[in-house]
Amino acid sequence: MMRRWVGRLPLLAGLAFLYLPMLVLVVYSFNESRLVTVWAGFSTKWYGELLRDRQILDGIWLSLRVAVLAATAATVLGTLAGLTLARFGAFRGRSVFGVMIAAPLVMPEVITGLSLLLLFVAMGQLFGWPAQRGTLTIWIAHVTFCTAYATVVIAARLGELDTAIEEAAMDLGATPARVFFAITLPVIAPALISAWLLAFTLSLDDLVITSFVTGPGASTLPIVVFSSVRLGVSPKINALATLMILAVFAGTLAAWWWAGRFGRGSRGRPRGSVE
Amino acid sequence: MAVPGNRFSPTAQRVIGALPFLWLGLFFLLPFAIVLKISMADALIAVPPYTEFLARTADGIKLQATLDNYQFLYTDELYALAFLNSLKVAAVSTLLCLLIGYPLAWGVARAEARTRNLLLLLIVLPSWTSFLIRVYAWMGILGNNGVLNQLLLGLGIVDSPLTLLRTDIAVYIGIVYTYLPFMVLPLYANLAKLDQRLLEAAADLGANPWRCFWLVTLPLSRIGILAGCLLVFIPATGEFVIPELLGGADTLMIGKLLWQEFFNNRDWPLASAVAIVLLALLLAPIAVYYRAQAPGSAAVAVTAMRGRRDGGA
Repeated sequence: MMRRWVGRLPLLAGLAFLYLPMLVLVVYSFNESRLVTVWAGFSTKWYGELLRDRQILDGIWLSLRVAVLAATAATVLGTLAGLTLARFGAFRGRSVFGVMIAAPLVMPEVITGLSLLLLFVAMGQLFGWPAQRGTLTIWIAHVTFCTAYATVVIAARLGELDTAIEEAAMDLGATPARVFFAITLPVIAPALISAWLLAFTLSLDDLVITSFVTGPGASTLPIVVFSSVRLGVSPKINALATLMILAVFAGTLAAWWWAGRFGRGSRGRPRGSVE
Repeated sequence: MAVPGNRFSPTAQRVIGALPFLWLGLFFLLPFAIVLKISMADALIAVPPYTEFLARTADGIKLQATLDNYQFLYTDELYALAFLNSLKVAAVSTLLCLLIGYPLAWGVARAEARTRNLLLLLIVLPSWTSFLIRVYAWMGILGNNGVLNQLLLGLGIVDSPLTLLRTDIAVYIGIVYTYLPFMVLPLYANLAKLDQRLLEAAADLGANPWRCFWLVTLPLSRIGILAGCLLVFIPATGEFVIPELLGGADTLMIGKLLWQEFFNNRDWPLASAVAIVLLALLLAPIAVYYRAQAPGSAAVAVTAMRGRRDGGA
């Protein structure tokens, strides 16, 4: 039907807009020529070059370490903050708390980065710590903005949770801590995983804030990539981009498949009991 | 007092809340005070490169605060132009995102339940790869030798390559491309919750589809529109990477200027003053955003990103 097609057109056009540039990126990573955009035959030599690039490999390793540690800390802080926002009702300082969670999501990164650096410098002067900027200051910065995102995800899940089971456990004499670890935590586990993954990708991706708070020798992957692409396009970066796209797509596909299985397996009972 | 389901003692609640509160207070809120302080210092060639707030002199302690940096920002028209241009670029990009994102979000919200989550996933997926890589992709497309120019030349649409890279057009494309999901998600979350019966009622009462959209759908989705627009507009105003990689030397954006003052000129006090003025400009939109997301549109957006729960069900 005509109407159906008109309705789908913006969707198809939007998806094409989102994916064509990435397709171009992937195609030209297999280009023989150094000139990224002039096709000169199929080659995988840039992948070889990529794997021999020490700077990029070191950057990947550092970024992965920082991202794992930052995402983990952010998920813990986000759980505490989410619990506070979703469950503790009104308290003094709640609005300040709310602002501290909401503002990092939209704050321009140049402001966040500059302000954190100036804090580290001021702290260094006052207490002699951190004496030098590097991996630790990057980690602190990442935990800070990732916590805001993690909190939003976790608070949303806690807010929509049916509290009847928790109430029941309470009535049966479980302590609040026991209820939290035995019931709340397992129930919100998918949200915790979502929050962790979101924080992980955000940390892995950050360039601007990291540039401000980094120190000598601590070059994360985005910093290495940025200093390279500033000079122009390079097929090696296309190869790196292709591998990143591949990793994200494979990971998402696996998660999708797993969530589908997991969702079907566990959804039947609680849904059936409610409806 | 407490929401049911939780009976942590008040002390336990305080302990639980204290850790994230202190962390964010120390590493997010407090730094703004330091930026404000240093914006009133003078630049020095020293480590750190600015004058002390309180200086010890022969007659005791003297306060060294100056508004020179702000005055400089006010008198040098480069900064005024950069601020204005940043607001313009952000506003136009936001509008473009809305024009592209609304039909997209509407299309997803109207899709069958089975395909809806998949479509949502497809829209968010690119933003999980890498922001930098997505901006970089356009360098290869828009260049004089780029894919787009080769295509246009090959098809005979243009005779000589168009200059696209290092222009404001490239900046617009870059912002729209990278920020589009932030527009689509809150819009989708909002449109998915739209009560279909209202549209049916309007249609039964004789409104044509266009009137239904204009009088029912659009007004009901204004919270989503507001949240989406602010999620694009606020960060886009301070954007650095996109004007740096896709814009020209004459693309004046305040984020780029702040970066240059800080890294190239090592003028930390001036960079701080730029940050304070930028923050002051964005304070109103941030406050509106904070109020708009109260019912949880940002929360819904971020959870929708994981494609878990579709608000329509």
